[in-house]
Amino acid sequence: MSQSPDGTAPAKPAAGRAGLRKELPEHFKAYKHVWVFIEYEHGVVHPVSFELLGEGRKLADALGVELAGVLLGGERDALIAAARTCFQYGADLAYLVANPVLTHYRNETYTAAMTRLVDTYKPEVLLLGATTLGRDLAGSVATTLLTGLTADCTALAIDGERSLAATRPTFGGSLLCTIHTLNYRPQMATIRPRVMAMPAPQAGRTGRIVEHALDMPEEDVVTKVLRFLPDRESNKAQLAYADIVVAGGLGLKSEANVGLVKALADALGGEYGGSRPLVQKGWIGGDRQIGQTGKTIRPKLYIAAGISGAIQHRVGVEGADLIVAINTDANAPIFDFAHVGIVADAVELLPALTGAFRRHLSINRIAS
Amino acid sequence: MHIVVCIKQVPDSAQIRVHPVTNTIMRQGVPTIINPFDLFALEEALRLRDRFGGEVTVLTMGPPMAEDSLRKALTFGADRAVLLTDRCFAGSDTLATSYALAAAICKIGETWGVPDFVFTGKQTIDGDTAQVGPGIAKRLGLNQLTYVSRIVEVEPSSGRLLVQRRAEGGVQELESRLPALITMLEGTNDIRRGSLDDALRAARAEIVTWNAAAAGIADLSPCGLRGSPTVVKSVFAPKPRAEKAEQIATAGTAPDEVADAAVAEIFRRLPGLEAELLS
Ligand SMILES: Cc1cc2nc3c(=O)[nH]c(=O)nc-3n(C[C@H](O)[C@H](O)[C@H](O)COP(=O)(O)OP(=O)(O)OC[C@H]3O[C@@H](n4cnc5c(N)ncnc54)[C@H](O)[C@@H]3O)c2cc1C
Ligand SMILES: Nc1ncnc2c1ncn2[C@@H]1O[C@H](COP(=O)(O)O)[C@@H](O)[C@H]1O
Repeated sequence: MSQSPDGTAPAKPAAGRAGLRKELPEHFKAYKHVWVFIEYEHGVVHPVSFELLGEGRKLADALGVELAGVLLGGERDALIAAARTCFQYGADLAYLVANPVLTHYRNETYTAAMTRLVDTYKPEVLLLGATTLGRDLAGSVATTLLTGLTADCTALAIDGERSLAATRPTFGGSLLCTIHTLNYRPQMATIRPRVMAMPAPQAGRTGRIVEHALDMPEEDVVTKVLRFLPDRESNKAQLAYADIVVAGGLGLKSEANVGLVKALADALGGEYGGSRPLVQKGWIGGDRQIGQTGKTIRPKLYIAAGISGAIQHRVGVEGADLIVAINTDANAPIFDFAHVGIVADAVELLPALTGAFRRHLSINRIAS
Repeated sequence: MHIVVCIKQVPDSAQIRVHPVTNTIMRQGVPTIINPFDLFALEEALRLRDRFGGEVTVLTMGPPMAEDSLRKALTFGADRAVLLTDRCFAGSDTLATSYALAAAICKIGETWGVPDFVFTGKQTIDGDTAQVGPGIAKRLGLNQLTYVSRIVEVEPSSGRLLVQRRAEGGVQELESRLPALITMLEGTNDIRRGSLDDALRAARAEIVTWNAAAAGIADLSPCGLRGSPTVVKSVFAPKPRAEKAEQIATAGTAPDEVADAAVAEIFRRLPGLEAELLS
C-alpha cells in the first residue's frame, strides 16, 4: 500500500461545530460554475449526461454561472462532436481531454483527468450519472479532492446561501433527506438515469471548447482493458428508457402469470419489469427490478399489476406520465400515487387489457 | 494470502417503520443483519483463501453491538475479526468512513501482514452510496476494481490479476495487479453455510476491538461528524400526491368491458401515445 490514509490530506478548513455553519474557506471562493461529467463510451453519450445537463442548466441559472460538460476520451474529433451535442442540451462550454489512455473507462486514468481539471478550473458543483461508471469514478474523485459527495440524489436545488441542496432517499427509502456540502468544493452529487427529465435539445445552440492536456503515458497505467464484451442485444437494457412499461408484483401469484405481463408489454411494444419480490423469487431477472434498488423508469405509460406500491417501488416510477394500477385491494398504497386505478384481479384483467389494446389499435388503424 | 473484508451491520430495513405522525424512524426492535451485499464479498474472499491459503480478516466500523455481525462472519469461516469502535467516529459520512477504515486496514497490515486484497460490498442497504469501497482504494493506493462479476485469474507470486466487471452495456475484462480493492457484484456466489467447527470457534473467538488510538489514528479531525464534508440539513417524508387515483368502475362489469374502459381512459389522457402506437 503506497499511501498512509492521511498522507493525501491538504490543509483543511476548520471543522468541528463550525463545520455545520457556512463559512466557505478563502481558497474555495474561487470555485465557480456547474459541471456535468459527460459519460462518453463506445462512441455514444449516455443519456443520463443530457438529463444532467438539463438539471445543471437550472442550477447554473439559479447561481448566475456557466454550465460546462466534461468530456474525456481517446479521440479528439469524436469528443468535439459530442461536445457540440452537449451545447444543444444546455452546456455553455465543454472541457475536453483527449488522450489514448482515456479510450476505455479506467478508474485510474479518469480519476487523474477529472481531478486535474477540477484543480485547474475549479467548479463549485460537479454532477455525475449514478451509473456503474459514474459511481466508480465519483468516489475516487471525491476522496482525492477530499470533498463531499451525495450519492443517488432524487432532487437538486440551490438554497438561499448559494449551496447545493441535494435530496436523496434514506433509511431504506422510507424517508428523504437533504444534504449540503458546506465548507468544501466542489459540491459533488450523483443522480441515477431517468430521475431527471430529458431536456429538449436546441438546434443551433453553441459553446466554447476548452482543451486540456493530460500527461499520462500508457506505461504508467497499472490496469489494462483486455476486452469489452457487449451485452447481447437483449431488451433488458432498454427498460429504463422504454416509453411503455408493464410490471407485475406478488399479486400475480405465480411465475406463469409473469407471461401475462410480458404479453401486454409486447402488444404495446413496451418493456416489462416487476417489484423486488419477483426478482427474489427468481420469476424475473435482476435487471428488470423497478424501484429504489432496481431501475428508475420514466415512461409515458406505466401499468402496475398486483403491486402494492411500497415506497421503495414508488420512488422508481413516480416520473411516469401516467400510472395505471391494477390491484384487488381498494386501499393498496399504489392508489395513492397512481393516476388511474382499477380494483380487479390482475390475472383476469391483464389478458383482457391485452385484447382491448389490440382491438382498439386495429380498429383505429383501419379508421385512420 | 491475506484478505481483508469490510462488512457493515445494518438494520434489516425491510422491517423499518416510520412513525405515521412524527415521521421519525421507529428503530426499536428492528433486527440487524450483515449488509447483504457484503456476503458476496466475504464468500469470494473465503474462496480465494481456500484456494491459495492464508487468512481472511473481517473488519467493521460501528457501535459495540456490531460485534454480532463479526461473529456471524466468523461462523462462515473468516479467520479473524476486528471491530473499530469509538465515539469519535459517530456521524461519519463516506469520506470519514473510508478514512477510518483505511487507517484500520493499515494497522491490520502492520499487525498480521499487508493485505493482498481488500473486499467490500457493492453498496450498503442503509447508506446505499457505493462510495466507501472506492474511498478506501484511493486512500490506500489500491487498484480499484468495482462491480466485479468474476475473478478470472490470480497469480499471487507475480501479483497479476484478471477480472471481469460489470460496465455500462457490457462486461469489461481487466488485467490489474495486487494489492487491489474489489467490490463484488451481487448474485455472483452464494455464501457458504459454515462448518460446525467454525460455529464453535466463532462463539468463543475474541473479537479484536480497537478505538481510534488503537487503530493508530492520531489525527481525529478527519473522523466522524467533524471530518464529514456533507451535512444532513433535513429529513422528511415524501410528499403524498394531492389526489388519489381515478377509479375505473369494475363492480358487476366483465373484464373485457373494464379493459375497454381502461384503454379509452389511457388514450384520453395520453393522446400522443395513441398516435405513436398507430403510426
Ligand atoms: C432497502 C429496500 C429496498 C427495496 N427496493 C425495492 C425496489 O427497488 N423495488 C421494489 O419493488 N421493492 C423494493 N423493496 C421492497 C418493497 O418494500 C416491497 O416489499 C415490495 O415492493 C412489495 O412488492 P409487491 O407489491 O409485489 O408485493 P406485496 O407488497 O405483497 O403486494 C402485492 C399486492 O398485490 C395485490 N394483489 C393480490 N392478489 C392480486 C390479484 N389477484 N390481482 C391484483 N392484485 C393483487 C395485493 O393487494 C397487494 O397490494 C425494497 C425494500 C427495502 C427494504
Ligand atoms: N461502517 C462500515 N464498516 C465496514 N465496512 C463498511 C462500513 N460502511 C461501508 N462499508 C463497506 O463499504 C461498502 C459500500 O458502502 P456504502 O458506500 O455505504 O454503500 C459496504 O458494502 C461495506 O463493504
